[in-house]
Amino acid sequence: MAKLVPALVSRLVIIIPYAWLLFFFLVPFFIVFRISLSQTAIAMPPYTPIFDLAEGLSGVFESMRELSAANYVWLTEDVLYFNAYVSSVVIATVSTFLTLLIGYPIAYGMAKAPRSMRPMLLMMVILPFWTSFLIRVYAWIAILKPEGLLNQFLLAIGIIDQPLIILNTNSAVYIGIVYSYLPFMVLPIYSALEKMDHSLIEAAQDLGCTPIKAFWRVTFPLSLPGVVAGCLLVFIPAVGEFVVPDLLGGSETLMIGKTLWNEFNSNRDWPVSSAVATILLLILVIPIVYFQNVQSKSESGGR
Amino acid sequence: MERWSRFNIASVLLGFGFLYLPIVLLVIFSFNESRLVTVWAGFSTKWYSQLWYNESLLNAAWVTVRVAFLSASLATVLGTMAALALVRYSRFRGRVLFSGMVYAPLVMPEVITGLSLLLLFVAIGLDRGFWTITLAHITFTMCFVAVVVQSRLLSFDQSIEEAALDLGATPVRAFFAITLPVIAPAVFSGWVLAFTLSLDDLVIASFTTGPGATTLPMKIYSQVRLGVTPEINAICTILIGIVALGATIASLVTKRREVQRERDERAAFAAIG
Repeated sequence: MAKLVPALVSRLVIIIPYAWLLFFFLVPFFIVFRISLSQTAIAMPPYTPIFDLAEGLSGVFESMRELSAANYVWLTEDVLYFNAYVSSVVIATVSTFLTLLIGYPIAYGMAKAPRSMRPMLLMMVILPFWTSFLIRVYAWIAILKPEGLLNQFLLAIGIIDQPLIILNTNSAVYIGIVYSYLPFMVLPIYSALEKMDHSLIEAAQDLGCTPIKAFWRVTFPLSLPGVVAGCLLVFIPAVGEFVVPDLLGGSETLMIGKTLWNEFNSNRDWPVSSAVATILLLILVIPIVYFQNVQSKSESGGR
Repeated sequence: MERWSRFNIASVLLGFGFLYLPIVLLVIFSFNESRLVTVWAGFSTKWYSQLWYNESLLNAAWVTVRVAFLSASLATVLGTMAALALVRYSRFRGRVLFSGMVYAPLVMPEVITGLSLLLLFVAIGLDRGFWTITLAHITFTMCFVAVVVQSRLLSFDQSIEEAALDLGATPVRAFFAITLPVIAPAVFSGWVLAFTLSLDDLVIASFTTGPGATTLPMKIYSQVRLGVTPEINAICTILIGIVALGATIASLVTKRREVQRERDERAAFAAIG
Protein backbone atom coordinates (compact mmCIF):
# COMPACT_ATOMS: atom_id res chain seq x y z
CA MET A 1 0.00 0.00 0.00
CA ALA A 2 2.76 2.41 0.99
CA LYS A 3 4.46 1.68 -2.31
CA LEU A 4 1.28 1.92 -4.33
CA VAL A 5 0.53 5.55 -3.55
CA PRO A 6 3.78 7.04 -4.92
CA ALA A 7 3.48 4.83 -8.00
CA LEU A 8 0.00 6.21 -8.58
CA VAL A 9 1.19 9.76 -8.03
CA SER A 10 3.93 9.40 -10.64
CA ARG A 11 1.39 7.89 -13.03
CA LEU A 12 -0.66 11.06 -12.60
CA VAL A 13 2.16 12.95 -14.32
CA ILE A 14 1.22 11.05 -17.45
CA ILE A 15 -2.52 10.72 -16.89
CA ILE A 16 -3.42 14.37 -16.27
CA PRO A 17 -1.83 16.00 -19.35
CA TYR A 18 -2.82 12.96 -21.44
CA ALA A 19 -6.47 13.26 -20.46
CA TRP A 20 -6.40 17.02 -20.99
CA LEU A 21 -5.01 16.74 -24.52
CA LEU A 22 -7.34 13.89 -25.42
CA PHE A 23 -10.36 15.89 -24.37
CA PHE A 24 -9.35 19.36 -25.60
CA PHE A 25 -7.25 18.46 -28.62
CA LEU A 26 -8.22 15.08 -30.06
CA VAL A 27 -11.94 14.82 -29.27
CA PRO A 28 -12.71 18.21 -30.90
CA PHE A 29 -11.46 16.89 -34.25
CA PHE A 30 -14.06 14.13 -34.16
CA ILE A 31 -16.72 16.70 -33.38
CA VAL A 32 -15.54 18.81 -36.33
CA PHE A 33 -15.75 15.75 -38.56
CA ARG A 34 -19.17 14.83 -37.23
CA ILE A 35 -20.55 18.32 -37.78
CA SER A 36 -19.09 18.48 -41.28
CA LEU A 37 -21.54 15.68 -42.05
CA SER A 38 -24.52 17.57 -40.63
CA GLN A 39 -26.81 19.94 -42.36
CA THR A 40 -27.05 23.64 -41.79
CA ALA A 41 -30.06 24.56 -39.70
CA ILE A 42 -31.41 27.90 -38.65
CA ALA A 43 -30.97 27.37 -34.95
CA MET A 44 -28.39 27.84 -32.24
CA PRO A 45 -26.05 26.01 -32.69
CA PRO A 46 -26.68 26.27 -36.44
CA TYR A 47 -26.59 22.61 -37.44
CA THR A 48 -28.77 19.54 -37.03
CA PRO A 49 -28.11 17.94 -33.63
CA ILE A 50 -25.27 15.43 -33.24
CA PHE A 51 -27.17 12.81 -31.28
CA ASP A 52 -30.56 12.97 -29.72
CA LEU A 53 -29.85 10.97 -26.59
CA ALA A 54 -33.38 11.43 -25.32
CA GLU A 55 -34.62 9.03 -27.96
CA GLY A 56 -32.23 6.30 -26.89
CA LEU A 57 -30.48 3.95 -29.26
CA SER A 58 -33.03 4.40 -32.03
CA GLY A 59 -32.40 8.14 -31.85
CA VAL A 60 -28.68 7.53 -32.40
CA PHE A 61 -29.42 5.36 -35.44
CA GLU A 62 -31.87 7.95 -36.67
CA SER A 63 -29.23 10.70 -36.56
CA MET A 64 -26.72 8.34 -38.21
CA ARG A 65 -29.04 8.03 -41.14
CA GLU A 66 -29.19 11.78 -41.47
CA LEU A 67 -25.44 12.05 -42.00
CA SER A 68 -24.67 13.35 -45.41
CA ALA A 69 -21.68 14.20 -47.49
CA ALA A 70 -23.58 17.15 -48.94
CA ASN A 71 -21.06 19.68 -47.58
CA TYR A 72 -18.17 17.88 -49.24
CA VAL A 73 -20.08 17.69 -52.51
CA TRP A 74 -20.69 21.42 -52.16
CA LEU A 75 -16.94 22.02 -51.73
CA THR A 76 -16.16 20.16 -54.94
CA GLU A 77 -18.89 21.97 -56.87
CA ASP A 78 -17.66 25.45 -56.08
CA VAL A 79 -14.28 25.94 -57.74
CA LEU A 80 -13.49 28.73 -55.25
CA TYR A 81 -12.66 26.23 -52.52
CA PHE A 82 -10.40 24.14 -54.74
CA ASN A 83 -8.55 27.27 -55.87
CA ALA A 84 -8.20 28.43 -52.27
CA TYR A 85 -6.61 25.13 -51.22
CA VAL A 86 -4.21 25.10 -54.18
CA SER A 87 -3.24 28.74 -53.78
CA SER A 88 -2.69 28.32 -50.00
CA VAL A 89 -0.29 25.44 -50.62
CA VAL A 90 1.49 27.38 -53.38
CA ILE A 91 1.82 30.54 -51.28
CA ALA A 92 3.03 28.52 -48.28
CA THR A 93 5.57 26.64 -50.41
CA VAL A 94 7.01 29.77 -52.02
CA SER A 95 7.12 31.59 -48.66
CA THR A 96 8.85 28.62 -47.01
CA PHE A 97 11.50 28.65 -49.73
CA LEU A 98 12.00 32.43 -49.41
CA THR A 99 12.21 32.14 -45.62
CA LEU A 100 14.88 29.45 -45.99
CA LEU A 101 16.80 31.61 -48.45
CA ILE A 102 16.82 34.55 -46.03
CA GLY A 103 16.99 32.58 -42.79
CA TYR A 104 19.90 30.29 -43.60
CA PRO A 105 22.56 33.01 -43.97
CA ILE A 106 21.35 34.61 -40.73
CA ALA A 107 21.57 31.31 -38.84
CA TYR A 108 24.95 30.61 -40.43
CA GLY A 109 26.28 34.03 -39.51
CA MET A 110 25.03 33.60 -35.94
CA ALA A 111 26.66 30.19 -35.59
CA LYS A 112 29.96 31.68 -36.76
CA ALA A 113 29.77 34.62 -34.36
CA PRO A 114 32.19 34.80 -31.41
CA ARG A 115 30.95 32.45 -28.69
CA SER A 116 30.45 35.28 -26.20
CA MET A 117 28.02 37.06 -28.53
CA ARG A 118 25.86 34.05 -29.35
CA PRO A 119 23.45 34.14 -26.37
CA MET A 120 22.66 37.79 -27.13
CA LEU A 121 22.11 37.08 -30.85
CA LEU A 122 19.89 34.15 -29.95
CA MET A 123 17.85 36.34 -27.62
CA MET A 124 17.45 38.91 -30.39
CA VAL A 125 15.98 36.30 -32.74
CA ILE A 126 13.60 34.98 -30.10
CA LEU A 127 12.37 38.40 -28.98
CA PRO A 128 10.26 39.19 -32.09
CA PHE A 129 8.66 35.76 -31.70
CA TRP A 130 7.42 36.88 -28.29
CA THR A 131 6.05 40.09 -29.74
CA SER A 132 2.51 39.92 -30.99
CA PHE A 133 2.05 38.36 -34.40
CA LEU A 134 -0.81 40.77 -35.05
CA ILE A 135 1.35 43.80 -34.21
CA ARG A 136 4.22 42.63 -36.42
CA VAL A 137 1.89 42.15 -39.38
CA TYR A 138 0.18 45.45 -38.66
CA ALA A 139 3.53 47.26 -38.66
CA TRP A 140 3.94 46.38 -42.34
CA ILE A 141 0.74 48.17 -43.39
CA ALA A 142 2.26 51.59 -42.67
CA ILE A 143 5.42 50.57 -44.55
CA LEU A 144 3.88 49.04 -47.66
CA LYS A 145 0.91 51.24 -48.43
CA PRO A 146 1.12 53.52 -51.50
CA GLU A 147 1.88 56.64 -49.42
CA GLY A 148 3.79 54.50 -46.91
CA LEU A 149 7.34 54.66 -45.64
CA LEU A 150 8.90 52.34 -48.24
CA ASN A 151 7.49 54.33 -51.14
CA GLN A 152 8.44 57.64 -49.51
CA PHE A 153 11.99 56.36 -49.14
CA LEU A 154 12.28 54.98 -52.67
CA LEU A 155 10.79 58.15 -54.18
CA ALA A 156 13.15 60.32 -52.12
CA ILE A 157 16.27 58.57 -53.34
CA GLY A 158 14.92 58.52 -56.87
CA ILE A 159 14.79 54.79 -57.61
CA ILE A 160 11.14 55.00 -58.62
CA ASP A 161 9.08 57.96 -59.84
CA GLN A 162 5.68 56.66 -58.87
CA PRO A 163 4.65 54.66 -55.82
CA LEU A 164 4.75 50.88 -55.99
CA ILE A 165 1.49 49.11 -55.26
CA ILE A 166 2.46 46.39 -52.79
CA LEU A 167 -0.17 46.44 -50.05
CA ASN A 168 -3.22 44.26 -50.78
CA THR A 169 -1.34 42.11 -53.28
CA ASN A 170 0.20 38.66 -53.01
CA SER A 171 3.69 40.22 -52.71
CA ALA A 172 2.62 41.76 -49.42
CA VAL A 173 1.41 38.32 -48.26
CA TYR A 174 4.83 36.84 -49.06
CA ILE A 175 6.60 39.64 -47.20
CA GLY A 176 4.25 39.20 -44.24
CA ILE A 177 4.68 35.42 -43.99
CA VAL A 178 8.46 35.52 -44.46
CA TYR A 179 8.74 38.25 -41.84
CA SER A 180 6.51 36.64 -39.22
CA TYR A 181 7.89 33.13 -39.57
CA LEU A 182 11.60 33.98 -39.98
CA PRO A 183 12.53 33.17 -36.33
CA PHE A 184 10.97 29.68 -36.74
CA MET A 185 13.39 29.04 -39.60
CA VAL A 186 16.50 30.61 -38.05
CA LEU A 187 16.32 28.87 -34.65
CA PRO A 188 16.40 25.18 -35.70
CA ILE A 189 19.04 25.82 -38.39
CA TYR A 190 21.17 27.74 -35.90
CA SER A 191 20.99 24.97 -33.32
CA ALA A 192 21.96 22.39 -35.97
CA LEU A 193 24.90 24.51 -37.16
CA GLU A 194 26.04 25.39 -33.67
CA LYS A 195 26.35 21.74 -32.67
CA MET A 196 28.48 21.01 -35.72
CA ASP A 197 32.05 19.93 -35.26
CA HIS A 198 34.18 22.53 -37.00
CA SER A 199 37.09 20.16 -37.53
CA LEU A 200 35.03 18.36 -40.20
CA ILE A 201 35.23 21.44 -42.43
CA GLU A 202 38.92 21.82 -41.77
CA ALA A 203 39.36 18.19 -42.74
CA ALA A 204 37.43 18.71 -45.96
CA GLN A 205 39.52 21.78 -46.79
CA ASP A 206 42.75 19.99 -45.95
CA LEU A 207 41.70 17.30 -48.41
CA GLY A 208 41.42 19.96 -51.11
CA CYS A 209 37.80 21.13 -51.00
CA THR A 210 37.19 24.77 -51.83
CA PRO A 211 35.23 26.59 -49.09
CA ILE A 212 32.10 26.57 -51.27
CA LYS A 213 32.42 22.89 -52.04
CA ALA A 214 33.08 22.16 -48.35
CA PHE A 215 29.88 24.01 -47.51
CA TRP A 216 27.73 21.96 -49.90
CA ARG A 217 29.45 18.67 -49.13
CA VAL A 218 29.78 18.95 -45.34
CA THR A 219 28.04 21.90 -43.69
CA PHE A 220 24.74 21.85 -45.54
CA PRO A 221 24.06 18.10 -45.23
CA LEU A 222 24.85 18.28 -41.51
CA SER A 223 22.44 21.18 -41.04
CA LEU A 224 19.70 19.35 -42.93
CA PRO A 225 17.74 18.26 -39.81
CA GLY A 226 17.49 21.94 -38.81
CA VAL A 227 16.48 22.93 -42.33
CA VAL A 228 13.74 20.28 -42.42
CA ALA A 229 12.41 21.26 -38.97
CA GLY A 230 12.47 24.96 -39.92
CA CYS A 231 10.67 24.39 -43.23
CA LEU A 232 7.92 22.38 -41.52
CA LEU A 233 7.53 24.98 -38.76
CA VAL A 234 6.95 27.60 -41.46
CA PHE A 235 5.02 25.60 -44.06
CA ILE A 236 2.34 23.92 -41.93
CA PRO A 237 0.97 27.00 -40.11
CA ALA A 238 1.42 29.15 -43.24
CA VAL A 239 -1.02 26.97 -45.23
CA GLY A 240 -3.80 27.84 -42.77
CA GLU A 241 -2.64 31.41 -42.15
CA PHE A 242 -5.43 33.94 -41.59
CA VAL A 243 -4.02 37.19 -40.18
CA VAL A 244 -1.46 37.84 -42.93
CA PRO A 245 -3.74 37.36 -45.99
CA ASP A 246 -6.53 39.22 -44.22
CA LEU A 247 -4.52 42.32 -43.31
CA LEU A 248 -1.92 42.47 -46.11
CA GLY A 249 -3.56 40.55 -48.95
CA GLY A 250 -6.06 41.84 -51.46
CA SER A 251 -8.98 40.54 -53.46
CA GLU A 252 -6.60 38.42 -55.56
CA THR A 253 -5.32 36.65 -52.45
CA LEU A 254 -7.12 33.38 -51.98
CA MET A 255 -6.18 31.46 -48.85
CA ILE A 256 -8.13 28.72 -47.15
CA GLY A 257 -7.68 30.09 -43.61
CA LYS A 258 -9.45 33.25 -44.69
CA THR A 259 -12.14 31.28 -46.53
CA LEU A 260 -12.80 29.23 -43.40
CA TRP A 261 -12.98 32.36 -41.25
CA ASN A 262 -15.45 34.04 -43.61
CA GLU A 263 -17.56 30.91 -43.95
CA PHE A 264 -17.77 30.77 -40.19
CA ASN A 265 -18.09 34.42 -39.18
CA SER A 266 -19.91 36.01 -42.12
CA ASN A 267 -21.98 33.15 -43.53
CA ARG A 268 -22.45 31.42 -40.15
CA ASP A 269 -22.27 28.12 -41.98
CA TRP A 270 -20.73 25.85 -39.35
CA PRO A 271 -21.10 22.54 -41.21
CA VAL A 272 -19.37 23.89 -44.33
CA SER A 273 -16.56 25.47 -42.30
CA SER A 274 -16.13 22.11 -40.52
CA ALA A 275 -15.83 20.40 -43.89
CA VAL A 276 -13.26 23.01 -44.99
CA ALA A 277 -11.28 22.39 -41.77
CA THR A 278 -11.46 18.60 -42.17
CA ILE A 279 -10.00 18.73 -45.69
CA LEU A 280 -7.32 21.23 -44.60
CA LEU A 281 -6.36 18.83 -41.84
CA LEU A 282 -6.19 15.94 -44.32
CA ILE A 283 -3.82 17.98 -46.50
CA LEU A 284 -1.62 18.75 -43.50
CA VAL A 285 -1.66 15.29 -41.89
CA ILE A 286 1.43 14.05 -43.72
CA PRO A 287 3.63 17.08 -42.97
CA ILE A 288 2.39 17.12 -39.34
CA VAL A 289 3.20 13.45 -38.77
CA TYR A 290 6.57 14.01 -40.44
CA PHE A 291 7.19 16.97 -38.11
CA GLN A 292 6.38 14.80 -35.09
CA ASN A 293 8.89 12.20 -36.23
CA VAL A 294 11.57 14.86 -36.65
CA GLN A 295 10.76 16.21 -33.18
CA SER A 296 10.80 12.82 -31.44
CA LYS A 297 14.07 11.97 -33.16
CA SER A 298 15.71 15.18 -31.98
CA GLU A 299 14.30 14.47 -28.51
CA SER A 300 15.92 11.02 -28.30
CA GLY A 301 19.06 12.32 -30.02
CA GLY A 302 19.57 14.76 -27.17
CA ARG A 303 20.14 11.98 -24.64
CA MET B 1 39.15 29.41 -34.34
CA GLU B 2 37.66 30.86 -37.46
CA ARG B 3 37.29 34.59 -37.93
CA TRP B 4 33.80 36.12 -38.07
CA SER B 5 33.90 36.95 -41.78
CA ARG B 6 32.47 40.08 -43.31
CA PHE B 7 29.84 38.09 -45.17
CA ASN B 8 28.58 36.56 -41.93
CA ILE B 9 28.49 39.89 -40.13
CA ALA B 10 26.58 41.42 -43.01
CA SER B 11 23.97 38.67 -43.14
CA VAL B 12 23.36 38.86 -39.39
CA LEU B 13 23.10 42.66 -39.48
CA LEU B 14 20.76 42.69 -42.50
CA GLY B 15 18.66 39.92 -40.97
CA PHE B 16 18.27 41.76 -37.69
CA GLY B 17 17.55 44.99 -39.54
CA PHE B 18 14.73 43.23 -41.38
CA LEU B 19 13.40 41.76 -38.13
CA TYR B 20 13.52 44.97 -36.11
CA LEU B 21 12.97 47.86 -38.52
CA PRO B 22 9.16 47.50 -38.79
CA ILE B 23 8.80 47.32 -35.00
CA VAL B 24 11.11 50.30 -34.48
CA LEU B 25 9.16 52.36 -37.04
CA LEU B 26 5.89 51.46 -35.33
CA VAL B 27 7.26 52.59 -31.96
CA ILE B 28 8.61 55.84 -33.43
CA PHE B 29 5.32 56.74 -35.09
CA SER B 30 3.38 56.13 -31.88
CA PHE B 31 5.03 59.36 -30.66
CA ASN B 32 3.99 61.28 -33.75
CA GLU B 33 2.09 64.52 -33.25
CA SER B 34 0.15 64.11 -36.49
CA ARG B 35 -2.78 61.80 -36.99
CA LEU B 36 -1.18 60.69 -40.26
CA VAL B 37 0.93 57.73 -39.30
CA THR B 38 3.42 58.04 -42.13
CA VAL B 39 4.27 61.73 -41.91
CA TRP B 40 6.42 62.91 -39.02
CA ALA B 41 5.08 66.10 -37.43
CA GLY B 42 6.92 66.33 -34.13
CA PHE B 43 7.13 64.49 -30.83
CA SER B 44 4.04 63.96 -28.73
CA THR B 45 2.72 61.55 -26.14
CA LYS B 46 -0.89 62.59 -26.60
CA TRP B 47 -1.97 59.23 -28.07
CA TYR B 48 -0.84 57.54 -24.88
CA SER B 49 -2.78 59.87 -22.62
CA GLN B 50 -5.87 59.37 -24.77
CA LEU B 51 -5.68 55.62 -24.15
CA TRP B 52 -6.52 56.21 -20.50
CA TYR B 53 -9.94 57.55 -21.41
CA ASN B 54 -10.80 54.66 -23.71
CA GLU B 55 -12.88 52.55 -21.34
CA SER B 56 -13.61 49.63 -23.66
CA LEU B 57 -9.92 49.33 -24.50
CA LEU B 58 -8.92 49.22 -20.85
CA ASN B 59 -11.59 46.58 -20.20
CA ALA B 60 -10.27 44.48 -23.05
CA ALA B 61 -6.73 44.83 -21.70
CA TRP B 62 -7.87 43.70 -18.26
CA VAL B 63 -9.68 40.64 -19.68
CA THR B 64 -6.58 39.77 -21.73
CA VAL B 65 -4.21 39.99 -18.79
CA ARG B 66 -6.45 37.85 -16.58
CA VAL B 67 -6.84 35.20 -19.30
CA ALA B 68 -3.09 35.22 -19.95
CA PHE B 69 -2.17 34.95 -16.26
CA LEU B 70 -4.59 32.11 -15.53
CA SER B 71 -3.94 30.15 -18.68
CA ALA B 72 -0.15 30.55 -18.47
CA SER B 73 -0.11 29.32 -14.87
CA LEU B 74 -2.19 26.21 -15.55
CA ALA B 75 -0.42 25.57 -18.85
CA THR B 76 2.91 25.64 -16.99
CA VAL B 77 1.74 22.96 -14.56
CA LEU B 78 0.28 20.77 -17.31
CA GLY B 79 3.17 21.38 -19.70
CA THR B 80 5.80 20.55 -17.06
CA MET B 81 3.94 17.31 -16.30
CA ALA B 82 3.80 16.48 -20.00
CA ALA B 83 7.54 17.14 -20.33
CA LEU B 84 8.27 14.88 -17.35
CA ALA B 85 6.06 12.17 -18.83
CA LEU B 86 7.91 12.36 -22.15
CA VAL B 87 11.42 12.42 -20.72
CA ARG B 88 11.08 10.08 -17.73
CA TYR B 89 8.78 7.41 -19.13
CA SER B 90 10.25 6.12 -22.35
CA ARG B 91 7.47 3.60 -22.77
CA PHE B 92 3.84 3.58 -21.68
CA ARG B 93 0.69 2.67 -23.48
CA GLY B 94 -0.18 5.31 -26.06
CA ARG B 95 3.11 7.22 -25.79
CA VAL B 96 3.25 7.78 -29.55
CA LEU B 97 -0.22 9.31 -29.50
CA PHE B 98 0.73 11.40 -26.47
CA SER B 99 3.90 12.86 -28.01
CA GLY B 100 1.89 13.45 -31.18
CA MET B 101 -0.67 15.46 -29.24
CA VAL B 102 2.12 17.49 -27.60
CA TYR B 103 3.85 18.39 -30.88
CA ALA B 104 0.89 18.80 -33.23
CA PRO B 105 -0.53 21.96 -31.59
CA LEU B 106 2.83 23.70 -32.19
CA VAL B 107 2.21 23.76 -35.94
CA MET B 108 -1.56 23.36 -36.16
CA PRO B 109 -3.12 26.28 -38.07
CA GLU B 110 -4.96 28.44 -35.57
CA VAL B 111 -8.21 28.43 -37.53
CA ILE B 112 -8.45 24.65 -37.07
CA THR B 113 -7.65 24.74 -33.34
CA GLY B 114 -10.09 27.60 -32.82
CA LEU B 115 -12.96 26.05 -34.75
CA SER B 116 -12.55 22.60 -33.19
CA LEU B 117 -12.43 23.96 -29.63
CA LEU B 118 -15.48 26.10 -30.26
CA LEU B 119 -17.43 23.10 -31.53
CA LEU B 120 -16.34 21.15 -28.44
CA PHE B 121 -17.56 23.90 -26.12
CA VAL B 122 -20.88 24.09 -27.94
CA ALA B 123 -21.27 20.29 -27.90
CA ILE B 124 -20.76 20.06 -24.14
CA GLY B 125 -22.95 23.11 -23.58
CA LEU B 126 -20.36 25.35 -21.96
CA ASP B 127 -21.24 29.06 -21.94
CA ARG B 128 -18.76 30.84 -24.15
CA GLY B 129 -16.75 33.74 -22.75
CA PHE B 130 -13.85 34.27 -20.37
CA TRP B 131 -13.52 30.64 -19.31
CA THR B 132 -13.70 29.11 -22.75
CA ILE B 133 -10.91 31.41 -23.99
CA THR B 134 -8.86 30.43 -20.94
CA LEU B 135 -9.38 26.70 -21.52
CA ALA B 136 -8.46 27.10 -25.19
CA HIS B 137 -5.30 29.03 -24.33
CA ILE B 138 -4.22 26.46 -21.73
CA THR B 139 -4.54 23.75 -24.36
CA PHE B 140 -2.36 25.30 -27.04
CA THR B 141 0.22 27.01 -24.77
CA MET B 142 0.87 23.94 -22.57
CA CYS B 143 2.54 22.26 -25.55
CA PHE B 144 5.01 25.15 -25.92
CA VAL B 145 5.79 24.90 -22.18
CA ALA B 146 6.26 21.14 -22.56
CA VAL B 147 8.85 21.60 -25.33
CA VAL B 148 10.80 24.28 -23.41
CA VAL B 149 10.87 22.26 -20.17
CA GLN B 150 11.59 19.02 -22.00
CA SER B 151 14.77 20.38 -23.56
CA ARG B 152 16.01 21.39 -20.10
CA LEU B 153 15.11 18.02 -18.57
CA LEU B 154 17.08 16.22 -21.27
CA SER B 155 20.32 17.90 -20.21
CA PHE B 156 19.56 17.44 -16.51
CA ASP B 157 21.78 14.99 -14.66
CA GLN B 158 19.23 12.41 -13.51
CA SER B 159 21.64 10.66 -11.17
CA ILE B 160 21.02 13.38 -8.58
CA GLU B 161 17.34 12.55 -8.41
CA GLU B 162 18.10 8.84 -8.47
CA ALA B 163 20.43 9.36 -5.51
CA ALA B 164 17.60 11.06 -3.60
CA LEU B 165 15.29 8.15 -4.39
CA ASP B 166 17.92 5.64 -3.26
CA LEU B 167 18.19 7.51 0.01
CA GLY B 168 14.49 7.04 0.58
CA ALA B 169 12.88 10.24 -0.70
CA THR B 170 9.47 9.75 -2.30
CA PRO B 171 9.33 10.62 -6.03
CA VAL B 172 7.18 13.63 -5.23
CA ARG B 173 9.58 14.89 -2.59
CA ALA B 174 12.59 14.21 -4.82
CA PHE B 175 10.93 16.19 -7.60
CA PHE B 176 10.18 19.24 -5.46
CA ALA B 177 13.48 19.20 -3.56
CA ILE B 178 15.88 18.32 -6.38
CA THR B 179 14.50 18.50 -9.90
CA LEU B 180 12.21 21.50 -9.73
CA PRO B 181 14.83 23.94 -8.38
CA VAL B 182 17.19 22.93 -11.19
CA ILE B 183 14.66 23.17 -14.01
CA ALA B 184 12.99 26.27 -12.52
CA PRO B 185 14.47 28.72 -15.08
CA ALA B 186 13.06 26.63 -17.94
CA VAL B 187 9.70 26.37 -16.19
CA PHE B 188 9.74 30.13 -15.71
CA SER B 189 10.58 30.86 -19.36
CA GLY B 190 7.84 28.41 -20.29
CA TRP B 191 5.42 30.47 -18.22
CA VAL B 192 6.56 33.73 -19.84
CA LEU B 193 6.21 32.18 -23.30
CA ALA B 194 2.71 30.89 -22.50
CA PHE B 195 1.76 34.29 -21.10
CA THR B 196 2.89 36.20 -24.20
CA LEU B 197 1.31 33.65 -26.58
CA SER B 198 -1.99 34.05 -24.79
CA LEU B 199 -1.59 37.84 -24.72
CA ASP B 200 -1.11 37.86 -28.51
CA ASP B 201 -3.65 35.37 -29.70
CA LEU B 202 -6.35 36.68 -32.01
CA VAL B 203 -7.68 33.72 -33.98
CA ILE B 204 -8.31 31.14 -31.26
CA ALA B 205 -9.77 33.77 -28.92
CA SER B 206 -12.11 35.04 -31.65
CA PHE B 207 -13.49 31.56 -32.22
CA THR B 208 -13.92 30.60 -28.58
CA THR B 209 -15.15 33.89 -27.15
CA GLY B 210 -18.70 34.73 -26.27
CA PRO B 211 -20.66 37.86 -25.47
CA GLY B 212 -18.90 40.16 -23.03
CA ALA B 213 -15.38 38.78 -23.37
CA THR B 214 -13.38 40.87 -25.82
CA THR B 215 -9.61 40.57 -25.66
CA LEU B 216 -7.11 43.25 -26.62
CA PRO B 217 -5.99 41.56 -29.88
CA MET B 218 -9.65 41.32 -30.94
CA LYS B 219 -10.06 45.01 -30.18
CA ILE B 220 -6.86 45.91 -32.07
CA TYR B 221 -7.90 43.75 -35.00
CA SER B 222 -11.29 45.38 -35.38
CA GLN B 223 -9.62 48.83 -35.34
CA VAL B 224 -6.81 47.83 -37.72
CA ARG B 225 -9.38 46.85 -40.32
CA LEU B 226 -10.49 50.46 -40.33
CA GLY B 227 -6.95 51.72 -40.92
CA VAL B 228 -3.69 52.50 -39.20
CA THR B 229 -4.06 55.00 -36.37
CA PRO B 230 -1.59 56.42 -33.84
CA GLU B 231 -3.71 55.07 -30.96
CA ILE B 232 -3.13 51.50 -32.15
CA ASN B 233 0.58 52.27 -32.49
CA ALA B 234 0.55 53.47 -28.89
CA ILE B 235 -1.19 50.30 -27.57
CA CYS B 236 1.16 48.14 -29.59
CA THR B 237 4.19 50.01 -28.22
CA ILE B 238 3.01 49.41 -24.67
CA LEU B 239 2.52 45.69 -25.39
CA ILE B 240 5.97 45.48 -27.00
CA GLY B 241 7.43 47.19 -23.95
CA ILE B 242 5.80 44.68 -21.60
CA VAL B 243 7.04 41.75 -23.67
CA ALA B 244 10.57 43.18 -23.93
CA LEU B 245 10.65 43.72 -20.17
CA GLY B 246 9.39 40.19 -19.49
CA ALA B 247 11.91 38.70 -21.90
CA THR B 248 14.77 40.66 -20.36
CA ILE B 249 13.82 39.54 -16.85
CA ALA B 250 13.46 35.94 -18.04
CA SER B 251 16.88 35.98 -19.68
CA LEU B 252 18.53 37.63 -16.67
CA VAL B 253 17.02 35.01 -14.35
CA THR B 254 18.15 32.24 -16.69
CA LYS B 255 21.65 33.67 -16.94
CA ARG B 256 22.04 34.07 -13.19
CA ARG B 257 20.71 30.55 -12.79
CA GLU B 258 23.08 29.14 -15.41
CA VAL B 259 25.99 30.48 -13.41
CA GLN B 260 24.58 28.93 -10.26
CA ARG B 261 23.59 25.71 -11.95
CA GLU B 262 26.60 23.62 -11.11
CA ARG B 263 26.66 24.99 -7.59
CA ASP B 264 22.98 24.02 -7.27
CA GLU B 265 23.54 20.52 -8.51
CA ARG B 266 26.40 20.13 -6.05
CA ALA B 267 24.26 21.60 -3.26
CA ALA B 268 21.57 19.10 -4.16
CA PHE B 269 24.01 16.28 -3.54
CA ALA B 270 24.84 17.83 -0.21
CA ALA B 271 21.15 18.16 0.69
CA ILE B 272 20.44 14.49 0.33
CA GLY B 273 23.78 13.37 1.74
